[in-house]
Amino acid sequence: MTASSVLIQFLNGLASASSLFLVAAGLSLIFGVTRIVNFAHGSLFMLGMYLAVALAPELGYWASVPLAALAVAAFGALVEALVLRRLYAAPELLQLLATFALVLVVKDFTLWAWGPDDILGPRAPGLSGAVTIAGRQFPEYDLFLIVFGPAVLAALWYLMMRTRWGTLVRAATQDRDMAAALGVNQKWLFTAVFALGGLLAGLGGAVQIPREPATLFMDLQTISDAFVVVVVGGLGSIPGAFLAALLIAEIKSFCIGLGFSKITLVVEFIVMAAVLVLRPWGLLGRMPALARGAGAVEPPMRLPSRGMVGALGVLALGLALVPLVQSGYTLVLLTDVLLFALFAVSLHFIMGPGGLHSFGHAAYFGLGAYAAGLLVHKGGLPMEAALLAGPWFAALGALVFGWFCVRLSGVYLAMLTLAFAQIAWSIIFQWDQFTGGSNGLVGIWPAAWLASKSAYYYLTLAACLGAIALLWRVLYAPFGYALRAGRDSPLRADAIGIDVRGLQWAAFTLAGLFAGLAGALFAFSKGSISPEALAVTRSVDGLVMVLLGGVQTLTGPVWGAALFTWLQDAVARGIDYWRAVIGGVILLIVLAFPQGVTGFLRARFAR
Amino acid sequence: MTVLAVKELSKAYGGVQAVRKVSFAVNAGELLAMIGPNGAGKTTCFNMLNGQVEPDAGSIEFEGRRLTGLAPREIWRLGVGRTFQITATFGSMSVRENVQMALLSHHRRLWSLFSLAACSYAGEADALLARVGMLEQAERPCAVLAYGDLKRVELAMALANDPRLLLMDEPTAGMAPRERSELMQLAAELARSGGIAVLFTEHDMDVVFTHADRVIVLSGGELIAEGKPAAVRADPRVREVYLGSGHA
Repeated sequence: MTASSVLIQFLNGLASASSLFLVAAGLSLIFGVTRIVNFAHGSLFMLGMYLAVALAPELGYWASVPLAALAVAAFGALVEALVLRRLYAAPELLQLLATFALVLVVKDFTLWAWGPDDILGPRAPGLSGAVTIAGRQFPEYDLFLIVFGPAVLAALWYLMMRTRWGTLVRAATQDRDMAAALGVNQKWLFTAVFALGGLLAGLGGAVQIPREPATLFMDLQTISDAFVVVVVGGLGSIPGAFLAALLIAEIKSFCIGLGFSKITLVVEFIVMAAVLVLRPWGLLGRMPALARGAGAVEPPMRLPSRGMVGALGVLALGLALVPLVQSGYTLVLLTDVLLFALFAVSLHFIMGPGGLHSFGHAAYFGLGAYAAGLLVHKGGLPMEAALLAGPWFAALGALVFGWFCVRLSGVYLAMLTLAFAQIAWSIIFQWDQFTGGSNGLVGIWPAAWLASKSAYYYLTLAACLGAIALLWRVLYAPFGYALRAGRDSPLRADAIGIDVRGLQWAAFTLAGLFAGLAGALFAFSKGSISPEALAVTRSVDGLVMVLLGGVQTLTGPVWGAALFTWLQDAVARGIDYWRAVIGGVILLIVLAFPQGVTGFLRARFAR
Repeated sequence: MTVLAVKELSKAYGGVQAVRKVSFAVNAGELLAMIGPNGAGKTTCFNMLNGQVEPDAGSIEFEGRRLTGLAPREIWRLGVGRTFQITATFGSMSVRENVQMALLSHHRRLWSLFSLAACSYAGEADALLARVGMLEQAERPCAVLAYGDLKRVELAMALANDPRLLLMDEPTAGMAPRERSELMQLAAELARSGGIAVLFTEHDMDVVFTHADRVIVLSGGELIAEGKPAAVRADPRVREVYLGSGHA
């Protein structure tokens, strides 16, 4: 690299950092005050982009940018007032689920309003040319962005440090309960913070349109970038977000400049993982204040009654009889239900009793699926052996990633699991020669004796029910109790000799093993695998299943998986805008049953 | 017999010397009270004894073994039980299960994957609960207990590994006066009958002077007095610390 290309890459990085900072600052603000991790923040960014693109021909580019930002701010305020306001007392995972439902709804709204194709925005009038810097052409607009980011940072700093409203926001960030006790009107403060967060996200999207086309993938791509920035900078810290945005954007820019564009997808997550391990609360973050009295306390576990065991036995028997009366499609759907039930139960194992909220459980599902597929393709193993061996690779992955993850807790742990899942995804997505890249692997079929739909169904039934029973059994054993003890009170657990981290690490690995089994079964049932198997959406699917069923119940994840898989199948076949329907259903369920469906039924009928 | 020997223990936070060259010993069957005004260094001292905080200098020996550098769970394994100033129990478990957890840990059965936790050491757990008067409430979830009862559950858990040393950080904080007296009476009986050394911090002087065999007084991070309750009560330096120099 010559000196001039270093300079240009550096300036490129600065320009990219600005938009990234705007999104991340909004996300950070919202989290700081409301303690809600707004998964829909990337969707707000995407809305800002599309709105600016749509308004620019009518009103001109420079008018469309602020208008788009204001419209997104209004939307953010509306969402807060209608949905999130009802969920502040709910467990944090449920809030997350609600914001993810919003992602689905916004995505389909965008699809409906602007269609599936990428839309190129206009150049910015007055800044459409280029200037010569060190003998190279550099867009004028990027120079504007380089100034714009720090200008917004300065404005935010003034707002936070020099205005009364900023003081209230800082007070609420530090101690929400205390601020409320001192008479701060939380309702308006929270709505206003959401509006400001929306404004920043919308602005971030709108200023980006001269640089890149608006696409429907912007939402999840942006949110994972913003998560990384916020976590690296420290949750709730705006200067931290700025610093982290600069760091990430520069590293990415130089990766591209040096010709390593392939690793750009991974590199930000590697930075994040490194930061979290060395500075668990981010570069400028502080250890989060303890949330007081969040969620209901779980009742003690009771050994299942005879009636319960009998009912589950009858259900298993009923499932075994299905191939006698049904064939084809029903069996395929039930096979899916069973293996996703195992996936959900394995996630619940660490999330519920373990208290480890994983956002990247699909990594182990995908590792199991790919390992099984590759053992057949590259290793030449028979299918049966690959099915048995595949999950152990997932367990190995969980063993390695888990070592880092169990050192963190709460949102930071969730983000690190997400980061590891993204790293695994990126590697599989980009390693064309070995994993087939974005096309995935095809022709992974079961052995001849398992080739019929009913034979494979029986295999899946036996494997999944056996594995689920095993995981449940472990929760009744001292291991499962000790895991819960570590979640309930790490202080006390340590004081009676319980190695909390060790147990959590083992549980994480065990959950990875069984998620891997579900993945391997999935690969052979479809005959192919693609990187979708371990994408963020698959991880979120797992969370949705567990939370729909209720995280405080054992059987909940199974019902959640059944309901979700069936819903996805039924809706996706019949309706164009199925994501919006599923999102809407999730929102309704979350608002109606903040403790999950099973939790609701139990509370309703238990007494 | 000396169970716990603390020598020249020191800890500074930034520029503040929280604990300075504190030395004392606790003997088997003895209740030693550690008192001192707020900020005297009691909690820092306690947290060093149970492994949560690493001392800057000095040594802590339990039955002749160095405790410095060990994690809380390793210290517990050696036979040191503790209760917390703000109770810490497992809210999603019943009272009996809380004690069973301590017993499972003591018998090194935590990693067992296929026995039933709820059926392990239930009898031993009930015996411990009977000793602290909590047997009737064994089935109740810990999350719904009254504060004084939680303190007693903590005591039962602390006794699960037959400790030779019991560390109790403000054992009676948040309790009604009668409950206080009962709990300390219980601790005293346990200490004497089992030969357990008990070290406790306490703000309630009635509790201290009624139940402690010996008292040590910290002020400004230093040990300023040590002796029988009556002697300590009469010590002019202690009176000065508690009442101000005008009353000395």
